[in-house]
Amino acid sequence: MKKKIADQAQVSKLISECVEGLSRYLVDGKTVFIGIQTRGAVLAKRMIRELAAQGRDFPLGILDITLYRDDFTQVGKSPVVRETRIDFDIEDQVVILVDDVLYTGRTIRAALDEITDFGRPRQVKLAVLIDRGGRELPIQADVCGQQVKTSDGEVKVMMKETDGEDAVFLIRGEDK
Amino acid sequence: MEKSLHDIENLTRDDLELILATSEQFREISERRVKKVPTLRGKTICLFFIENSTRTRISFELAAKRMSADLINFSASTSSLQKGESLTDTVKTIMAMGVDLFVIRHSAPGSSRRVEQVAGVPVINAGDGPHAHPTQALLDLFTIYRHKKKIEGLKVAIIGDIYHSRVARSNIFSLTRMGAEVVLCGPPTLIPREIEKLGVQVTYSVDEACKMADVIMCLRMQLERQQSGMFPSMREYIQLYRIDEKRVSLAKDDVIIMHPGPMNRGVEIIPEIAYHHRSVIEEQVTNGVATRMALFYLLLGRGNEETAD
Repeated sequence: MKKKIADQAQVSKLISECVEGLSRYLVDGKTVFIGIQTRGAVLAKRMIRELAAQGRDFPLGILDITLYRDDFTQVGKSPVVRETRIDFDIEDQVVILVDDVLYTGRTIRAALDEITDFGRPRQVKLAVLIDRGGRELPIQADVCGQQVKTSDGEVKVMMKETDGEDAVFLIRGEDK
Repeated sequence: MEKSLHDIENLTRDDLELILATSEQFREISERRVKKVPTLRGKTICLFFIENSTRTRISFELAAKRMSADLINFSASTSSLQKGESLTDTVKTIMAMGVDLFVIRHSAPGSSRRVEQVAGVPVINAGDGPHAHPTQALLDLFTIYRHKKKIEGLKVAIIGDIYHSRVARSNIFSLTRMGAEVVLCGPPTLIPREIEKLGVQVTYSVDEACKMADVIMCLRMQLERQQSGMFPSMREYIQLYRIDEKRVSLAKDDVIIMHPGPMNRGVEIIPEIAYHHRSVIEEQVTNGVATRMALFYLLLGRGNEETAD
C-alpha cells in the first residue's frame, strides 16, 4: 500500500514551516547550511532559496555520509560514494544540518562525525522534513516539518529535482 | 568488479567508469582539514613489496592511512625471498595474523594471482615484472579524465620503451577499452611485434605520434632492463625520441604531458617540459592516492558476500 500523505503544496508548506522554525537559530554571517545527500541537500537548497527571498544569504554545503556509515562491513557491495562539498570554514559557525527523513538516527550520527572532521562548529541544529520515529540512537531534531507515526511502514520523500515531483509517501507492506 | 585487481584486461568499461567516479569523490578527502575517513577501521592491509618502489608504495600507504586501515609493511630484497614456495609460505604466515587485503609488487608476472590463491583475500597488483601495473593505468586514466572530461576519441601517444613497460601495457588496455585512440612510438626494437592486434597504432616517428595528440605519455627508459641489446644508443634515443618543446608544439594546444616516474631527466623528456604548464606529472602523483583509496573502498566493501563464501 502506498499512500500520498503530502502533495506539492503541502511539501512547500512543510519546508516553509521548517524555515520559520529555524529562524531563531539563524545569525547572518554566522550560520551555514549543510544538506545530507541527496534529498537533504535539495531541501537545504530550497530553504536557503526561501531565506534569500527574505534578503538573507547563507552558504550551502553538501555532505555524503557513505564513508562514515557504521555498517560498511555489513552491506554487500560498496555503496556509491557521492559528492561532499563544503567550500567554507565551519569553525565557530552554527551549522543547520538538513535531511529529509529522521528515522534510526544513524545517518545523523555519521553526519555529525564527518562535520567534526571539517572543523569545530559552535552549534549543530538538525532540521528534517519528516520525523518517523524509530530511533536507535539518542538523536532528536530541533526543527521538524511533520511527525509521522509508522509501526510497520516506511516514509519516502520525493523531490522535484531528484524524483520529478514533490511529495511524501507512506509505504506499507509489499510495496516497501 | 572482480574480487582482486590483477590487471586491466578483466575490467569492463562499467568497472572503469565506477573507479573514475569513485576516485573523484576520494580526491576531495585529501583537501580536507582532517585528511582521513573512518571507513576501513578494523581492516588490515598488507603492503607486500618484493621489488623496489618509492612512489607507488608511499601512495598505497597514504591511501590506506587516509581510509583508517591498519597497515603492515613487508619488504624483502629479491635475493632473500625466493619465488614459488617461500612466497606461498610467507603469505600464509602473514595471513595467519589476519589480513584483509594484499598489495603486492613482485618481479614475476602473475605473482598477484598466486598470492590470491594462497591468501583467499582481495589482492591488488602493484606491478608484476613487465606484465601489468593496473593502478598506474587507473590513475593515468583518472588524470586524463579530469582534464579532458572524457576519454572516448582522445588521441593518446605513448612514447618510449613499450616492450619492457608494464605501464604501457596496462594503459593500452584501459585507454582502448574506454574508446581512446592509442598511438605507440619508440625504437622498432622496443615495440613488440603484432601489438597492433590490441587495437593500437604504431609509428616510429615521434613527430607523427605527437601530431594533434591530446595526451603525450612518456615512459621511463628502463635502463636496468636493457641488457639484451635491444636499446639503440642513448644518443640515438635522445635524438629520435626525447620529448622537447618542438615535439610538444605539434600536439593540440591543450595537450597534457604525462610521465609515470621516476624520470630520467634529459633522456625521455627534457626538464623544461616536465615542469611545463601543460605537464600533469605531479598531479598524477596526487591522483594516485585518490585512485588507490577508491580501489581499497571498492574491493573491501563486500561484507556479507565474503563471509558467505
